[in-house]
Amino acid sequence: MRRLVNLRPGRGGALVLGALPFFALLLVYLIASDLRLSENPSDKMLPALSSFADAIRQYATEPDQRSGQVLLWLDTQASLTRLGLSLLLGAALGLVFGIATGALPYVRAGFSPFIATLSLIPPLSILPILFIVFGMGEVSKVALILFGIAPFLMRDLSMRVGEIPSEQIIKSQTLGASSWTLITRVILPQLLPRLLDSLRLSLGSAWLFLIAAEAIAADEGLGYRIFLVRRYMAMDVILPYVAWITVLAFALDWSFRRVNRRLFPWYSGKNA
Amino acid sequence: MTTLSIKRLYKEYGDQVVLENINLEVRDNEFITLVGASGCGKTTFLRMLLGEERPTRGTFLIDGEPLPAEPGPDRGIVFQRYSAFPHLTVHGNVLLGLELARAPRLGRLFGAARRAALVEVDEMLHAVGLYEARDKYPAQLSGGMQQRLSIAQSVIKNPKILLLDEPFAALDPGLSADMHKLILGLWERHKMNIFMITHDIKEGFELGTRLLVFDKVRLDPQAPNAYGATITYDIPLGVCGTPLLDELTTRTRRTERFVNKLAVA
Repeated sequence: MRRLVNLRPGRGGALVLGALPFFALLLVYLIASDLRLSENPSDKMLPALSSFADAIRQYATEPDQRSGQVLLWLDTQASLTRLGLSLLLGAALGLVFGIATGALPYVRAGFSPFIATLSLIPPLSILPILFIVFGMGEVSKVALILFGIAPFLMRDLSMRVGEIPSEQIIKSQTLGASSWTLITRVILPQLLPRLLDSLRLSLGSAWLFLIAAEAIAADEGLGYRIFLVRRYMAMDVILPYVAWITVLAFALDWSFRRVNRRLFPWYSGKNA
Repeated sequence: MTTLSIKRLYKEYGDQVVLENINLEVRDNEFITLVGASGCGKTTFLRMLLGEERPTRGTFLIDGEPLPAEPGPDRGIVFQRYSAFPHLTVHGNVLLGLELARAPRLGRLFGAARRAALVEVDEMLHAVGLYEARDKYPAQLSGGMQQRLSIAQSVIKNPKILLLDEPFAALDPGLSADMHKLILGLWERHKMNIFMITHDIKEGFELGTRLLVFDKVRLDPQAPNAYGATITYDIPLGVCGTPLLDELTTRTRRTERFVNKLAVA
């Protein structure tokens, strides 16, 4: 018998093993739901699959009576817009400050302690300030996510600049690069794939802050909806919404990875 | 025409003297190899030539002018590794030097200017034997090919001085002979001054027109940092024989043991 550490599953085996916990969870849920429903048919805690199907049909295909819009798509669009805008702004801020602090010692001396301090402030603790300053509209939500991810992106990218071997920086200067062309031709292009990696890492906190902001003040959005229907203990809506958010998060992560591999073939996806 | 004039040059870090009393006159088109034990200031000397380090005392003139305080296009460098740009193909890596010089704002050439530059790039790639690999990224190249690429990058700029910091140390021994031929050919064609650091005294003897040995003259265990290294031998090549090679090897080994013992202590 070979050692356990040397036994590896085949491709199919790995797939089955990977699917196993999902099925186990589903099975446990179905049994528990069945038990509860047989005791009390109007129990809302663990709805049957048929209730999910009804809820999904209602939210994903039928227009809402009040707004006249299909709620799932309305919420998805609102949330993704907020998320996308924040990621875009975060990437821009991260690149500008990351490169400036990473490549220029004077900017580093001026800004690094400040950014490091900013990144220590718990973003949710300043949410009231954001609401007071920017109002309850879209700006404060985007600002919260931005506050949550931008300091991380700036510091991470600044460190990535530092990881470029000094040999390359010196070599570029002997090839006639100015500070500007050194940044645009050597540092920036090497940072772009790393930016996508850092964005992938910050997706988790971006979602966290998005849903937190929507839970507190919004009139549409995935986070808003699950916190709204919580009042009616509508598990048949909450659970599909959570699953949908998970699918969206996974799709974003996956597409970032794909884009990285497609656009930057030289970057062998070291951290993929 | 490039000349170098170094007089009474010292380099100190606090109490530690790294180089002391370096005097050197270099004429045009010399190929100088620098050998010596590790910790004897060869790399410090090269970094000064590059503009990364400033001498503590003494004068360091290139063509009668003081050495610039930062690296520039008149002095090319090939490091032991990491000096090719991973995000550019072989083509792009060699083209970069021309683009940076001819398009100072954008750092990119377009249209006819780019095509003209690419003709030069192809010529250079043929010279170093990388033409077939022109569309590959550095990570796809072997160590020897990466060093050829790094050499091509620098030489296409026609630098006055080319600095080589143990460029072949990480390569298979069998490859060195090819690389020697390549670098000698480029040196003859492009008329530059080459400074090459090598750990391998034999390589130092085979290549080049002049050999400089960096060594500590005084090895004082009580005050190991009080005395720096200086140029102990300055030999025109082609005139020396095996006894000298043996003598140099012995002396270098002795200094190396001394330095190592200190490091352990």
